[in-house]
Amino acid sequence: MASATSEGPLLGQSALKVLVAGGFGVGKTTMVGAVSEIPPLRTEELLTEAGAGIDDITGLDRKTTTTVALDFGRITVNPELVLYLFGTPGQERFWFMWDELAAGALGAVVLADTRRLDSCFPAVDFFEHRGIPFVLAVNCFDGSPRYPVDEVREALDIDGPVPIVHCDVRAKDSSKEVLVTLLEHLVQRAEVGVLA
Amino acid sequence: MAEDSWFDEDAGPLVRPFALTRGRTRPGRYDLDMITLVVAIGSHREPGREPEYARILAACQRPVSVAEVSATVDLPLVVVKVLLSDLIERGELLFRSPPRTVSPQTDRVVLQAVLDGVRNL
Repeated sequence: MASATSEGPLLGQSALKVLVAGGFGVGKTTMVGAVSEIPPLRTEELLTEAGAGIDDITGLDRKTTTTVALDFGRITVNPELVLYLFGTPGQERFWFMWDELAAGALGAVVLADTRRLDSCFPAVDFFEHRGIPFVLAVNCFDGSPRYPVDEVREALDIDGPVPIVHCDVRAKDSSKEVLVTLLEHLVQRAEVGVLA
Repeated sequence: MAEDSWFDEDAGPLVRPFALTRGRTRPGRYDLDMITLVVAIGSHREPGREPEYARILAACQRPVSVAEVSATVDLPLVVVKVLLSDLIERGELLFRSPPRTVSPQTDRVVLQAVLDGVRNL
């Protein structure tokens, strides 16, 4: 299989990605839009999943194709590097099947909402199992209870090295700080040679 | 409920996506990822060019990711990858795959560069 060929002076850039995950309505696209240099774009993928159901007694291979949309933004890091931020689709059962989404990701931001803390469990599990480094960012909605980081860590049973921060994803500086926290975490891991 | 809402966009595209790829669902021999960067070297204004290819070439006049092409021409990633592969095959498009493995040791410099870039936002 050919890869990385056709490379010429026109293409001196390479691209990296970070995922922004979390439950439905937690502010993933808002966060992408807050730090992206372009308004968030939307792309679609057609995913095929085997039909599963108790009525499936025919033994036929039943598959359904689902259209899954994801929003993403772009940050030109320097003339050679572009960072893409992908907000994972809200329908969890679809993005978990999407290997390409996670493959090669530098890391992830898992957004949590203290009013529905459990909605970020599936994303936390997913990144833990795949060995993808992540930070947990608690989005502080107006009027939502603000728990100390230690309590959030305990409630979600998050490992010690995983950074946990509070943020307001509507604010560019706050969303940027979350990304900075993730990247500092990644640099630190690289320095001590933690294998992904 | 569902029966009532099959109008306009809810009804789906008039041309089924894989009709554009003549039934192909895999991007040939090129390993295109959604963050593979592509840039056109062929002209999208060439007379007689099929409209889908022209739209795609117009969308990558400067280096953009496969995901951006998909968003711009409003076609699913899997379809865009097939059409991009055709253009690469014809020598009308350059592409660059993302770094294959992210190994912490070798990539510390890259990560630091990304961190510096984000800090400067």
